[in-house]
Amino acid sequence: MCDTCGCNITDANHHLVVKGGQHAVTESGNEAIEVLQNLLHENNHRAAHNREHFDLHGVLAINLMSSPGSGKTALLEATIDKLKNNSDLSIAVIEGDLETENDAQRIRDKNIPAIQITTGSACHLDAYMIHDALHELSLDGVDIVFIENVGNLVCPASFDLGHHLNVTLLSVTEGDDKPAKYPVMFRASNLNLITKSDLLPFLDDFNVSHAEENIRNLANPAPVFQLSARKDQGMDQWINWLKQQLKHYQEHLARGETVLPAVQSEGQKLHSAHSHQT
Amino acid sequence: MHELSVCQSIIDQVTQIARQNNAQSVSRIILEIGPLSGVEAPLLEHAFPIASAGTIAQDAILEAQILPIRIRCNLCHNENKASANKLLCNACGAWQTTLISGDEMLLKSVELEK
Repeated sequence: MCDTCGCNITDANHHLVVKGGQHAVTESGNEAIEVLQNLLHENNHRAAHNREHFDLHGVLAINLMSSPGSGKTALLEATIDKLKNNSDLSIAVIEGDLETENDAQRIRDKNIPAIQITTGSACHLDAYMIHDALHELSLDGVDIVFIENVGNLVCPASFDLGHHLNVTLLSVTEGDDKPAKYPVMFRASNLNLITKSDLLPFLDDFNVSHAEENIRNLANPAPVFQLSARKDQGMDQWINWLKQQLKHYQEHLARGETVLPAVQSEGQKLHSAHSHQT
Repeated sequence: MHELSVCQSIIDQVTQIARQNNAQSVSRIILEIGPLSGVEAPLLEHAFPIASAGTIAQDAILEAQILPIRIRCNLCHNENKASANKLLCNACGAWQTTLISGDEMLLKSVELEK
C-alpha cells in the first residue's frame, strides 16, 4: 500500500478522515495526528526502489513461497535444466534461508548465479535483504530473478520485496486444506503449483480439486498447475507460464508501467503506473 | 513471529512523527488491523513493550482496532461480511469477489504530548 495517493483509505476507515472524523481530537486534549500509513511503510518504500531497479534492467522478479520442503529449490533446479537449451531466457536466483549456503550451492552447481541470504532467526525475507543481495547480483542479460523465500506459509506473505509476481507451492504431502489454513499466503498467489504430483497415486487424502476450491474460496483466480520437478511432469506448462509472464511484464514496461504482486490494492496499481510515467 | 519487526517499523514511523511535531512523548498509538493482513494484534501488543523500550514511545498505549472482512461481489455487486478463508458472496455464492476491507495494516493515528 502506498501512503500518498489515498489508497490506504478503505471503506472501513473512510469516515475517520472526512472532516469531523471521530478521532480528530482526543478526550485528554493531546494532539492527535492522523497518519493512515502502512505499518511496513519503510519496507514498502525500499521494496518500491527494488522494483524500480528490476524494471530499469527489464528483469521480472518472482517470489517463490511455500512451507519448508515443498520443493522450491528442486523446482528451480528442474527449471534450469529445462531452460538449458533455451537461449532467450536467462535466470538468476536469490536464496533465503535461516542458515547454510546449501540452496545457493545447488543452483551454482548448475552454473546459474545465486546469492544466498541467511536470515539468522528471521522467518521471512524483507525488502532490505533483497536490496543488499542486489548489490552482489549482476542483472545484465538476466530475464527472470527467482527469489526463494524462507520456507514458511505465514510471514513472507506480509513483506513486499519489490518483486512482480508471487508463486506459491503446495506439495501433495502437505494436505489440500493448506489454502484454507493459510489464507493470507494463498490469497496473494499469482500462480499455485501443486508439487510432487508424482506422489498423488500413493496419497488418498490429497484431492487437487479440493485444494483448488480452497484457493477459489479466497477469491483468488490464479491458475493451479500440477507438476513434479523430479519426474519432469508438468514442467512445460510452468515454463510456458514463465514465458507468458515475461512477455506480459515486458509489455507493461514498454507502456511505462510495472507489474505488482496479486494482493496490492487497485489504488496503488494506479499510483505506481502514474509514477512511472512521470 | 514477524510482529517484532512490524513493531520496530511502527516505532520508527512514530518517532519520526513525534520529532516533526516537536512532541515530548507519545501517549497513544492507534492501529487498524484486518484479519487478512497477516499481522496478529495480540502478538503486536506483546512485542510492543520490547520494541519501544528506551524510545519516545516507551510509555505509549498501543491500541489495535480490528476491522471486519468485507467483500463486494464482482458478479452481482452484493456486499457482505466474510470470514478469512471464505471470501464468498452471500447472495449468489460466487467466489469472484473483491476485498473491500479486512487486509489493513495501518498506523491510523498517534497522540502526542508536547
